Amino acid sequence: MVPADLRYTKDHEWVRVDGDTATIGVTDFAANQLGDVVFVDLPSVGKSVDQFATFGVVESVKAVSDLYAPLSGEVVEVNGDLGGAPELVNSDPFGGGWMIRVRVSDAAQVDGLLDAAAYERLTSEA
Amino acid sequence: MSASGPRLQPTLFELSKPGRGGDKIPHAPKGALDRLPAEHRRAHPPGLPELNEPDVVRHYVNLSQLNHAVDTGFYPLGSCTMKWNPKVNEWAARLPGFAQLHPMAPDDVAQGTLQLLWELEQMLIEISGMRAVTLQPAAGAHGELTGVLMIRAYHEARGDTGRTDVLVPDSAHGTNPATATMAGLRTVSIKAAADGGIDLDAFRAALSPTTAAVMITNPSTMGLFESRVGELIEAVHAVGALAYMDGANLNAILGRFKPGEAGFDVMHINTHKTFSTPHGGGGPGAGPVAVGDKLAPYLPAPRVVREADGSFRLERVGERPTSIGRMRSFVGSTGVLVRAYAYLRTHGASGLAEITDDAVLAANYLKSLLAASGVYDIPFPGVCKHEFIASATSIKKQTGVRTLDIAKRLLDHGFHAPTVYFPLTVDEAMLIEPTETESIETLDAFANALVEIAREAATDPETIKTAPHTAAVRRLDEAGAARNPNLRWRPAVGDWTPCPD
Repeated sequence: MVPADLRYTKDHEWVRVDGDTATIGVTDFAANQLGDVVFVDLPSVGKSVDQFATFGVVESVKAVSDLYAPLSGEVVEVNGDLGGAPELVNSDPFGGGWMIRVRVSDAAQVDGLLDAAAYERLTSEA
Repeated sequence: MSASGPRLQPTLFELSKPGRGGDKIPHAPKGALDRLPAEHRRAHPPGLPELNEPDVVRHYVNLSQLNHAVDTGFYPLGSCTMKWNPKVNEWAARLPGFAQLHPMAPDDVAQGTLQLLWELEQMLIEISGMRAVTLQPAAGAHGELTGVLMIRAYHEARGDTGRTDVLVPDSAHGTNPATATMAGLRTVSIKAAADGGIDLDAFRAALSPTTAAVMITNPSTMGLFESRVGELIEAVHAVGALAYMDGANLNAILGRFKPGEAGFDVMHINTHKTFSTPHGGGGPGAGPVAVGDKLAPYLPAPRVVREADGSFRLERVGERPTSIGRMRSFVGSTGVLVRAYAYLRTHGASGLAEITDDAVLAANYLKSLLAASGVYDIPFPGVCKHEFIASATSIKKQTGVRTLDIAKRLLDHGFHAPTVYFPLTVDEAMLIEPTETESIETLDAFANALVEIAREAATDPETIKTAPHTAAVRRLDEAGAARNPNLRWRPAVGDWTPCPD
């Protein structure tokens, strides 16, 4: 069900690694659990994020939740569309609902993330 | 845009007709404005609406009838303790000696109010098992901030400046991490144990020399008493940190458990929960904070002081240099504090213990009814304190009806919904707190309504998913309201309604 070419965290973020750039968002499972997203607070370009530390906040009608970085690196791009259309996180979590792109500082960190099959197992148990 | 629909109505501004209404704003006495600089004076009179008295009264009475309130029906909002607000509290707060006292009145003409505040402090000291109380904070969360600022001052006064962390269980109220952040500290979240309590091993592992404080809600937001509280507090003190008790659930422990005697260093008290002062209108509220010996020097100033001759006065500026300073103007929300005082004096010590016993009994009765129905999940079976969690996880799996839909459908049955989707650690959660002030007939009727809705979910889910059907407004677009907030009414262009001369 979830895209096979992505890696995942147990906190329901996904990451697509392309060379030394990684695109990060939250999964459809997370979006469903959150309910309608109304606001996404993201770091600005140039900030550094640390693996498994918070990099932002997502606010839904139900709750405010932290976002955790799957990988360490420097933020090189932020999805500005989410400012005016936070609902993209619900409607297109793996596409238009992406959140940040980072320049990966340690490619080996990818090995510590879940693959699609492992993530599927995690969410089917939840 | 104004509200519309058969039971809704236009704003007073839209109802206004030029020249209508009896009372006018009196003119200022001649020369009274002479010393005001010209740039600070109005060029036009304020745009106040003009209506006659019956239209104004009907407007507000009709609006009030759109509300679900404790005056109109059962309101089992978990963690909020929506108990009855006795009308005798209102009588006390309206006594002219309290209500008309000028906030700048000198101590010698404010003796009655100062005595009431001092006596209220003594009662809260007795209830909390602490050593001193401030009545200044304007709400529970403001009380939390006051408490954590005192903790920070305590560490700093000892030269212990490396303490940056506040440990908070993941079931805590969102105000706990917010408080830590507001106080310039970092929140460390602790996972719950399988029984709903705090995981002692995870807790010990998270404690360190950088821990400034631990915030514990007891009973927890699961409605469960933290049975390991003694070990938890010992571990906190062993690393030199202080223990903060979130007093949100004080209604479950009055006269049965004193946080100060258990070793907590500080707690806040929500008068609008435990002591029957109004929740409504967004304030003013009161969030007194009780402290042990360690934090007493840091209490906000000015405190009420009782002199040897039995008279009362406020501390003078600079009298207690260790104080963290003022947290609010004047001495607090005195009108609210008078109501809390009236409630405490109405019930007395034995009455308060009975309140707690009845609140716990009511919650367990309702919990057992729902458990026996077999249609709702009860994640933590067994005896609870003043509130409990039910979950619609099974109903959602079988019918697609969610907790949110059930909450909306309850309105059609004449009940306010319980707290939903909190605590965040339980799926499809409903946190139900009946309080001691409801009759057994009300509890039975509420349980029946929930069971009836669960049955309806199997036969006619659409009716529930589109509820409420009888309320003044139907299902609201909560996401739309949050994404595009429309916070302020504005008159239509050319619709300005000046006050007549």
